[in-house]
This record gives sequence, structure tokens and C-alpha cells, in this order.
Amino acid sequence: MKFDTPAGANPIDRLKVVGKPTDRIDGPRKTTGTAPYANDWHDPQSRLAYGYVVGAGIGKGRIAGMDVSRAEAAAGVLAVVTAANAGKLDRGAFYVARALAGPDVDHYHQAVALVVAETFEQARAAAALVRVDYVRSEGVFDLAAAKDTAVAPKAGPFVSPEAKAGDFEAAFATAPVRIDESYGTPDHAHAMMEPHATVASWDGDRLTLWTAIQQMNWGVRDIAKTLGIAKGNVRLVSPFIGGGFGGKGTILSDAVLASLGARAAGRPVKVSLPRPLMFNNVTHRPATIQRIRIGAGPDGRITAIGHESWSGNLPDGPPETATEPTRLLYAGPNRLMRMHLARLDLPEGGAMRAPGEAPGMMALEIAMDEMAERLGMDPVAFRVLNDTQVDPENPRRPFSRRQLVECLRRGAELFGWERRVAKPGQVRDGRWLVGMGMASAIRGAPVMRSAARVRLDGRGMVTVETDMTDIGTGSYTIIAQTAAEMMGLPLDRVVVRLGDSAYPESPGSGGQWGAASSTAGVYAACVKLREAVARRLGFNATDAVFEDGQVRAGNRSEPLVRAAAGGELVAEDGVEYGDLAEWFALQTFGAHFVEVGVDVDTAEVRVRRMLAVCAAGRILSPKAARSQIIGGMTMGIGAALMEELAVDARRGFFVNHDLAGYEVPVHADIPDLQVSFLDEIDPAASPLKAKGVGELGISGAAAAVANAVHNATGVRVRDYPVTLDKLLGGMPEAA
Amino acid sequence: MKPFTYERPGTPAEAAAAAASTPGARFIAGGTNLLDLMKLQVETPAHLVDVNGLGLDGIEPTPEGGLRIGALVSNTDLAADARVRKDYAVLSRALLAGASGQLRNRATTAGNLLQRTRCPYFYDTAQPCNKRRPGSGCAALDGVSRQLAVVGSSEACIATNPSDMAVAMRILDATVETVDAEGTRRRIGMADFHRLPDERPELDTTLRPGELVTAVTLPKPLGGAHVYRKVRDRASYAFALVSVAAVVRPDGTGRVAFGGLAHKPWRVEAAEADLPRGARAVAEGVLAGARPTHENAFKLKLAERTLGAVLHQARA
Amino acid sequence: MACASAATAMAAMPTGTSARPAGGEQPVMAKVGLTVNGERRELELDTRTSLLDAAREHLHLTGSKKGCDHGRCGACTMLVDGRRINACLTLAVMYQGSEITTIEGLGQPGDLHPMQAAFIRHDGFQCGFCTPGQICSSVAVLREIEAGIPSHATADLGKVAFSEDEVRERMSGNICRCGAYPNIVAAIREVHEGARG
Repeated sequence: MKFDTPAGANPIDRLKVVGKPTDRIDGPRKTTGTAPYANDWHDPQSRLAYGYVVGAGIGKGRIAGMDVSRAEAAAGVLAVVTAANAGKLDRGAFYVARALAGPDVDHYHQAVALVVAETFEQARAAAALVRVDYVRSEGVFDLAAAKDTAVAPKAGPFVSPEAKAGDFEAAFATAPVRIDESYGTPDHAHAMMEPHATVASWDGDRLTLWTAIQQMNWGVRDIAKTLGIAKGNVRLVSPFIGGGFGGKGTILSDAVLASLGARAAGRPVKVSLPRPLMFNNVTHRPATIQRIRIGAGPDGRITAIGHESWSGNLPDGPPETATEPTRLLYAGPNRLMRMHLARLDLPEGGAMRAPGEAPGMMALEIAMDEMAERLGMDPVAFRVLNDTQVDPENPRRPFSRRQLVECLRRGAELFGWERRVAKPGQVRDGRWLVGMGMASAIRGAPVMRSAARVRLDGRGMVTVETDMTDIGTGSYTIIAQTAAEMMGLPLDRVVVRLGDSAYPESPGSGGQWGAASSTAGVYAACVKLREAVARRLGFNATDAVFEDGQVRAGNRSEPLVRAAAGGELVAEDGVEYGDLAEWFALQTFGAHFVEVGVDVDTAEVRVRRMLAVCAAGRILSPKAARSQIIGGMTMGIGAALMEELAVDARRGFFVNHDLAGYEVPVHADIPDLQVSFLDEIDPAASPLKAKGVGELGISGAAAAVANAVHNATGVRVRDYPVTLDKLLGGMPEAA
Repeated sequence: MKPFTYERPGTPAEAAAAAASTPGARFIAGGTNLLDLMKLQVETPAHLVDVNGLGLDGIEPTPEGGLRIGALVSNTDLAADARVRKDYAVLSRALLAGASGQLRNRATTAGNLLQRTRCPYFYDTAQPCNKRRPGSGCAALDGVSRQLAVVGSSEACIATNPSDMAVAMRILDATVETVDAEGTRRRIGMADFHRLPDERPELDTTLRPGELVTAVTLPKPLGGAHVYRKVRDRASYAFALVSVAAVVRPDGTGRVAFGGLAHKPWRVEAAEADLPRGARAVAEGVLAGARPTHENAFKLKLAERTLGAVLHQARA
Repeated sequence: MACASAATAMAAMPTGTSARPAGGEQPVMAKVGLTVNGERRELELDTRTSLLDAAREHLHLTGSKKGCDHGRCGACTMLVDGRRINACLTLAVMYQGSEITTIEGLGQPGDLHPMQAAFIRHDGFQCGFCTPGQICSSVAVLREIEAGIPSHATADLGKVAFSEDEVRERMSGNICRCGAYPNIVAAIREVHEGARG
């Protein structure tokens, strides 16, 4: 099915199942521990062996020598895989770091060996017996120090190194009101709860991986390319994934090493990255340094907006695209966005929840707060004034739907924004200084080609198969809702099978494209199945109404199940997209409102309440969508207040490489979070008129917290996280 | 983790004897720190003596009017004990500020006292660390040190003691009771139990090899207002940046000790005389000679302000 | 004071302790008998086997998750002799004779524990990986409050009562990176109120 004009009326609009706050259909399995994640896989017949990864102990250099003899001689050891015996390994097409070091070591904890043994305990013990002699070389580990070496990154599908409109420099120089500030965001860890894990099994040339990745198609492509085998010989299975947030985009070292280990041992091998290895072995959100310049007239209208960002990565790695949101968020005729990329020898920087928007908005939305303060304007009013309904770089390109102003106004009203005292440091509640802050949210709504297969069987059950994944996003549920709506069935008549590369190809979970894309593919397949049903039952497909388990046209009605009486009906289709995204800017919008308390003595910051108002097309499952937003807000609170991979710039690694050192929010950090969705449908987005929400919730959230801290204390922190040590100097004299 | 033999003796004397007679032996109680470190190859015992069968899990009154806490009393049970809650509230508060519900259920009184530093370099065997591998150097000195010590540290080590409980035990003047393989019993005051790193940072405490902690005794109740305040970036399940334990009498006199500042619970008795004069005066004495790094100098101001908050709370 | 009888003492010493080539140490095996979800299980395990790995790799009870293996996330939370603990930070051989309840023992699809049902109603999970630990912990937290065990959030150490702040503090050893915290608190509240009737 081609999608090249905005959607008209279709069966989804009935909203009998879609749009209802249904319980997740995978809930009973997830709450009973019976949902199988990658390293839960076991088969009594298969004599599973265990692999344990040895990570490099230097940030950069070379392996001068390795002694694996003691490991090989250790009890239970079946194989030791190193670069010396792994054969030629390529890299995938997405991540740039090599899965196995040798002779060069490109980053700390890059795998240098995999020890395979009969038991986990034996593999772990033997891994400690691998001796590696390193020759260290000079590495570049400090972004601030490397900033001046940064160059323009290569342009790519997700990367626009420079974007301009008008004459920024001239307009900024003459603007009556200006700010020019620098902001810092640290390296962040995905820290998903499930470690990267793979069970690999070879059957001759054919490789099966039970693994945990977000994009099956990328995974197949990348494992085949890495190992130099045919894509057709690879099957990936990821029915349940314990969180990804961009960190499991495609195969990583666990999958490559498990495959090599299984080949060497001649048995299936399970490899799970030990948590202390994850922070340096795989990818993270890279740190940024950002410079933002905004010029406005005394009336508050932005005349010039400039956003530059510096980030670093391994050679060939992409930049953090922090300037992206600024291209579309606010009006202003004179614009300059520029990315700079330095070579760093830290672990690979990659996509993490709302890449670009998350760190970019952390800076931009503080800058907007500062600008509003300088103008003497309310931060909400300042943003409303600078709304634009067209792409500011290309005013002939409208937004498909843009309700930022509505989000801002509704949020202000629901939150009680009018009670905020604009002058910082004025509100006390016992030992707490109390402040309110807000920020806008914007996140792209891309859609990608996605396919599905649907079957109607003799019991009247519809089974959907697609290689789409559910990383906690609710894919199982919204796909079931889509199929149920299309086929006129209740939800419990639909079975959904996901996460198997043998199923029709989807773009997987990432970039906030999963929900809209995968449901579109299911929609297309269901349209085909409806046609097959209609043919079988002797209806004209365009007239037939599918409702309540019946197919109806005119005054004739037949049970849907009868169409499969002569055998299962199967239909497969997908959606291909035209150039709507060139005609329309497709984005989701929101507004965050936060109240924080800052301890007057210790400067500890605690979030007291928080609200997000979101506009993101048709909300397919309000329950799951709300959860996605509060999840993003929670990660935003973490980014605001605690999350930071601490770089040891001498030794070249992230020091706090465990879940005690890298703090993410716990229950006690998160109050009840409020979410409100605006009524919206976006016919240009997808046949379901839906957009994703998985990344909108984090966009802007951290800045809203930081702005609230400023309102509470009068201290403006521009280097995240906003921790108490950065506030103490500006706190009132102790009692 | 190396293979190890395992035994579960029935009496403290047997346990001490077992530890003394087997090379590379370690006691295991809750295991919440020891196993953590064994998985990382930081601790590599060849033999584990499981002390959970020793019957050291009771809390009894002492003839002096205090309490004798068995070494194996869990952190949960100690914090919840009605006598501790009433008469030694600072101890309950300190325990409850530490770790998580799951860990407190398993962690024991002796294990809590013996937990090792959470310095990230100590945990990473690829890095130099004088505490883990004497003579290898200290990566923290010029590395990531935000969490680490500002007082009492040495050129060899700037690790902190991570225990909350120990800070409360310190102001309560608790005494650690031990037994060794010969059956010799020893009583060690909390002031002398933990060491400063000096040039031997591998030694956390003054325990001798094979010596088994059997109990901790608390003197009779001090009265006064008991406060434990722990400051951290996230609201729970995190180690202290700074913590303050205080017992303050109505006349403003009292005792105070700090966590998160040093290789041991940090108490400067001489400075306590200044308590009625307020936090700044006390902090000057407590933090005299401090040698912070550029990353953790904030702890000096934070300690003083936290003490101010504690004194405010104690007065309230 | 020491009341454990010799009969409960157990030892796992390797046979032929002299044969210990450096680097080639043989695993030390030990027998342990546990009651898991009401069923008596006899295992012979490497002494190094954590309680978590015993359940996951030996009993194929994979509901309890290995999120960090270091007691820093809570995904492995089990109930042992009625108390919640991190099963990753303890050795299976230390639990001779213990009663262990894992998530599978609380309820199954079609026969859910009230807490499991409440988690579904309130969307108290997303990816589901921390969920078994969250649910085991939730069940224990309500018991702990009922038993009057105080927490860091308890204002008056003498008075322990249910509140959302109490739940948030007590559940803080169970990390949920998806950020389902408010929904988890709502689920626990519902079960608490249901139990009170």
C-alpha cells in the first residue's frame, strides 16, 4: 500500500478498540515472569554453554600479548575466542565500534576475549585467568579539551551539519535583547534493566540468535555483515526486550561473541554482558557542549536564533544532533544551526531516547528561560509569542499538525502556572525553597516502511506477524488494537507475534517511529485480508463493514469466521511512504511543567509535581501512551538531577560503570506525574493518523526541572546534572 | 570468582578456628558486599565460613543498661527493634537511610561494619588501587573523586567508608566484641575499630586476621534528640555525599559524627564542645586539616550546612 | 548463644584438596535442598552458584531477572523465608531448608496474585524486565508495613502506616528504567486498600 496523500476516513476512525485505555495484552506474561527474554531461553535438549566477556583494561592502545592458556586449561572451559582465532570480522552498518578488540584497543572494556565453559561460574572464573599485556597509547578523552579540533560532521539521513536562514550574524549583532550562553550535557547511559544478551546456536551454516535488539532488520543485516555470512542464513528472535532506549538498536558485542563462541564450542552459547561492562563496552548518549545565541526585539519576538553543538565520537561515529529541534521549534527569520564533531577515544556515542532533541532541548529550553527573564516576559508567553505554524527555514512547508501553543496554554492552566512567582528565590515551604519551571517539547514523527502478515483461522482468530519489537512501548497491544479494529473483532480474538526476523519486515522500535509505522503495516495487511474475506464471502470489499465478528453489506451479514471455513486466509502487505514529509513538517509537541523543592540547607533537589501536555496525533492506547510519557519524564528528571557518566580523562573511561555509581531515578525521586493528551488526529502522519510518543516525554523535561531549580533558588546551572554542589554557592546563608 | 570450599559451623569458636586453619578463608554472613566483590575478582577467597548458623542473631539488654547486638542481627531487625527505635533512634535512622529493603533484610550488623569502600577504582581491577592491590597506586587522587574523602586521607588512598550504621555506632560509643581462633575475646571501641588509610589502606579495620565479630554493644541510652541526616543526589538507595549523626541534649550540648567524609566515621570529640555555638564553629574543628580534591571540596561547605540543618531539626 | 546443632552444619570440601593446579581449580560441588514455590527441590550445585542462578539456570525458573547481578537494581528480588532479598547477592548453598517464593510462585496467567492483576490494571510496567522483582517487593512491602517495620520515610519511628511516600521509599531498591513508578505506586495502593476491604 502506498501512503502518499493524507489519510481519509477509514475503519480505524470507528475507535471501537483503537484509542481505548486497554490493559496491555502481554501483561499476564510480564507480571508472572513467563515472558521469555533473551537470556531466559533454555532448551533441555541443547546443552547450552555459557560465555563470559573479558573487557579491555585500557582506554586506547594495543594488545601486545595475550595468554589464554590458563583460561583454556580451567575447569569446564570449551573455547576461548579472541581476535587471534575469531577470523575476519567486519562491522555492522550502524554502530562503528568493533565487537572484538585486537590488536588495537579502541575503547575501554572493548571485548578482548570470550571464554566459553560448561557453566556460568566456570566461564566467569576462567575469564579472570586471561592475561593481556597492553601497550597504551595517547588517547583523546576530554570533550572540552578536544573542542577546538572538532570539524563539521558528514551529512547523513539523520545528520544536517549546518542549517541556515536569513543572516544570523547580522541580525544577532543588532538585536536589542540578546543572550549568548554555553551549556553542557554529560554522557548518559541507557541503563536499560535488561543487559545485552544473546543465545546463539548454529545449525550448519544457519545461525539463530535469541537476542534483545530493537530493530530486527538492522540486526540481520549487521550480524551477517560482521560475520561475513548470508543474510538468508540468519534468524533473530526477540519476542521480549527488557528496555532499549536506543541502546539495543542492532546487534552488539554479545551477539557477535555468542555467535563466535557457539561456533568455537559447537554448542549453543549464552552471553549476557555483565552490568559493570555495559557502560563502557556498548554505546551511550554522547556529551555535548552547546552555544546558544538568541536575539529578540523588546517586544519579545525572536529575530535571530543560533544553536551550535560540539560532541565527540570514535572515528566514523556520528555527532549528537543537538541542534535539530531548534530548526523547527520557534519562529525567527535569521537562523544558524551548526554541529561540530571531535574525535574521541571514549566508548561509542550512539542514539539514546530522543537523540538530538533530548540534549538539545536541555540547552535550548534553559536558554529560552533565560531570554524570557531578560525580556521580563513570562516564559510561557514568550514561547507562545514565538510560535510558528510553518517550517522557519522553509515557510512554504507547514506543519501537518502543530498544537504547541495549545499544549502550553492547557499546561499552564492545569498546573496553576499563574501562581508562579517570577522573581526567583521567593517561595518557602518549611526548609524547602520552592520553584516552578516549564519547557516546550518537540520531537520528530518519522514513519518508515513496515509490513505485516495477518491470518484468519477456522476458529475466527486473527494472528498478526511482524518483526516489529515491543521494548516496553506497547507494540503488542496497539498492533492487536489495530487488527481488532480493522477486522471488527474484540481484542481477545487477536494474537500478536513479534520480534522474529522470519516475519515481515518492520522498522522496529526507534526514533519514535515504531507505533505509527508498525500499525500502518498491520493496517495495510488487514485491508488485504478484508478483501480476501469479502471475496470468500461474496461481498464487494469496498462496501463490506466488519463489525462485531460479522461482515455486512446491504442487508446481508455473515460471520467473519465463515470466511476461513475452507482454510486459513492469509494476507501480507506493508506501507510505503511517498513524499508527504517534504510537504509537511511532521512533529509531535508538548509542554512540561514542574515544581521542585530545593533544601535550603543542603541544596538537594526533589521534584514535587510535574505535568506534561502532549499533542501527538491519534493516541492509539491512552494507557500505554501515558506510560511512555511518564517514562520519558522520569528519564528527563534523571538527566536533570543525577545522570552523568563520569569521565576519567587521564585513563579514558567512564568510571561509574555500575548501577550504584551511575544513578538513575528510583521510586523515591518520582512523585505522581500527570499527563494530558490533546485531541488530535494527523492525517498526514499515517493511515491511523497517529504519531509516536516514546521520545516526546523526555524532550524538554530536564530543562523544565532546571528552570524550576532556578526559579526556586536564583542559581542558574548550565552544566547538567543540576546537583547540589553546583547550587551550594548560591544558596541563602545557613540558618 | 574462584572455586571455594564452604562450611557452616555451629559455634563462633569453630568458625574462628575454621577461618584460621584454612588458607584464604573468609567469613560470610549476608554476603551482600563480599559476593559483590567476589564477582568482580576484588575478593578471591578460597574458603567461605558461613556464620549464619552461629546463633548470633539476638539483641539483649546488658547489665549496664545498654544493648548487646548479635553480629548477625539483620539491618532490618536492628532498625525495627523497639528498644533501638526508642532509645537509640539515631541508629535506626542511620540503618534505614542505607541501602534498600532487600539489602537490609540480608545485611548484618557485623557485615555492615566490615563493608568495604565504594570507591569506583577499588571496584575496577584494571585500575591501580592501593587498597585492593597495595603499592599499585591510587587512581582516584587525580581521577573521579566527587564521592571520596576530604579528611583523614593519605597520599595512598582517599576512599570513604560507606556505612551509615557505623556513623551512628560511633556517636553512641559502641563497642565491637570479637573472638579469635584461640578463643580470645576482645572489645574494640568504635573509635578504634576503623582505621585511617595512612600508608596501609588495604586495612579497613583493626581486626586481626581470622578474628570474628560476635556482637556490638551499646552503652546505656544517652537521651537527647537523635538525628541522622543523609545527603545524596537521589532520594534513596544511594551512598552518602555527606551524612551527619547527632545526639543533642536540650541544653545544646551533645555529640556529632559524619559519614561520607573519611575512611572511617568521622568524629572529632574536641569539636563537640562547640555544639552550642552552632554548626560553623563545630565544622571548623571537625574539618581542620581537610585535603579535598577539586571535585569534592563542596563537601566541606555541605558538611557544615548539613550539620546546621541537623541542629535545627534537633532543636525543633 | 550458639544453638545450631552439628546436624545443621554442612561442609563442602573438595575431595583430594591437594590437587589444586593454579588456574585449573575444579568446582566445589555441594548439595542443597530448597523448597521453591511450595515444591521441594534437591540440587547439587557449584558452591559459587547464586540463589538467582540456581533458580534461573538449574530450576529453569527464569521469572526472576538478572539486571545487574550486584544488588543494585532489584530485578532478582525473591521472598526467602517470608522476606524479600536480592537473590543475586547470595549463595544458593546458604539456603539449605529455606522456603523460597519467586514470581512464578505468586501467580500464573489465568490465576494471578492480586498484586500481579493490579500491576496490569495500572500499567505498572513497560518492558517488563524489572516487573517480577517489583511485584515480589511490593508484596513484601505491604507485609513490612503491616508488621510495623519502619523506613526512612517513617516520620515517627513508633508509628508505621501506609502512605505513598512510604511505598516510594520502600520500593526504591527496585529500579524501573522505563519509569513506571507512579503506576506501580497506584497498583500497590489498590492492593493495600483491597486488603483493608
